[in-house]
Amino acid sequence: MIKNLHNGAASIGFDSPLYFESCASIVSQKEGDGPLGNLFDMICKDPMFGCDTWESAESTLQKEVATLAMNRCSLTPEDVQLMFAGDLLAQTAATSFGSAGIGIPFYGLYGACSTMGESLSLGSLALTAGFGSRVLCTTSSHFASAEKEFRFPLGYGNQRPFSATWTVTGSGACILNTAPPGENSPLRSSGGCAAITGLTAGRVMDYGLKDSMNMGGCMAPAACDTITRNFADFGRTPSDYDAVFTGDLGVIGKKILLDLLGEQNIDLSPIHQDCGILIYDNETQDTHAGGSGCGCSATVLAAYILPKVVSGEWKRILFVPTGALLSKVSFNEGDSIPGIAHAVVIEHVEV
Amino acid sequence: MRNIDEKKYEKYVKQITPTHSLPLNMLKAFFTGGLICLLGQFITDTAHSLGADLSDARTWCSVLLILLSVILTGFGIYPKIGKFGGAGSLVPITGFANSVAASAIEFRAEGQVFGIGCKIFTIAGPVILYGIMSAWALGVIYYILKILEVIS
Repeated sequence: MIKNLHNGAASIGFDSPLYFESCASIVSQKEGDGPLGNLFDMICKDPMFGCDTWESAESTLQKEVATLAMNRCSLTPEDVQLMFAGDLLAQTAATSFGSAGIGIPFYGLYGACSTMGESLSLGSLALTAGFGSRVLCTTSSHFASAEKEFRFPLGYGNQRPFSATWTVTGSGACILNTAPPGENSPLRSSGGCAAITGLTAGRVMDYGLKDSMNMGGCMAPAACDTITRNFADFGRTPSDYDAVFTGDLGVIGKKILLDLLGEQNIDLSPIHQDCGILIYDNETQDTHAGGSGCGCSATVLAAYILPKVVSGEWKRILFVPTGALLSKVSFNEGDSIPGIAHAVVIEHVEV
Repeated sequence: MRNIDEKKYEKYVKQITPTHSLPLNMLKAFFTGGLICLLGQFITDTAHSLGADLSDARTWCSVLLILLSVILTGFGIYPKIGKFGGAGSLVPITGFANSVAASAIEFRAEGQVFGIGCKIFTIAGPVILYGIMSAWALGVIYYILKILEVIS
């Protein structure tokens, strides 16, 4: 049987929801000191996570978070049929040496900071197609390994512009299940649970911006495009959502997004939030425009968003991680920085 | 997809992006750079008064400033100075030493040859290359002017 769940230009509405069975988030001290500090499952004081290099630190972080997500529901790797995971390092090395080492059949992803949206989307598609009953979606980022990969050595004395963001050291993992979570699940309240009911796949949007220190400006058009297509495809307006979370646009990207949507007569300002703005206190933590990285949206989803959807405080939210698709080489060769944003509709479902 | 006016978008983004205050940054750079130079002068004068000739005293100045910068980089203090002082801490010899030491520290995990060896000059490399090239070009101009007896 061929299922046709396609909805409008780029969206998919699932006829049966994909439930969040478990989730976990681990961050470093800086995120622990931020406004969401007491919500994370674990805060590690050692930025090296007990390792010798930044790369292995990130791998360890990601492996720990995947294990924690499984432990919270007393699952073993054999219980999970597929894993979609990624990170920011070249050839997604942190994932290959990290959660992929656990032994779950694994597809590696690169969607820059949008990877959590990408992994949740592909995980939902795989489950809906019948390829298993459980998938693990994991992403991570580390400030030091990302600086080394994309910018300067940490010890180099330079000035960051105000539009720059601070890569989150953290990792988030979610386990999706075709069946509602059991009583012992951390994502089950007396009222119900959280589930993915639809998604809008992102398109690469390029407005020609070349400033790698202003990722918000590079990604805002992609977020705008995905959000408007989500509204059009599902026939919804901002009032149909309790909140719309972009990944890591930061304060400048947020303003651009709201302006771009305003041009199309969509007022998102009452319900729009940005994970990058939520995770740090930009004034006191010197993070300039906000947080960024695959770990940013993933940890905020696991620590802040999902519990509120599970409790029923929010009935329906749109989770839109945003990514800037540049490489060091493309940047040096003078290419522009295209953005992408993948939207996932997460709803409170009564059980 | 809508037709995008890239120039207009770039202009708009530039307009809403806050920037560092240029006069304030220049003042901080002047202050930081000035302090480093003052320290250099102090080292030179001290070495000279202790009996070194002027050429040796200047060598002492360079060597000690580089040493200080490398130590401060190792302790993670130089990035803070750089954040405050901008070009004031970038332009003197200490900034050059910082860029070399920072790369060496960052890439040492990748080994003596492919890590430190290949990547120690990732930031300082262009300065060395184009510094030597411009010195060569100026040397040629100097040589020609001398032949033409414009300068003696």
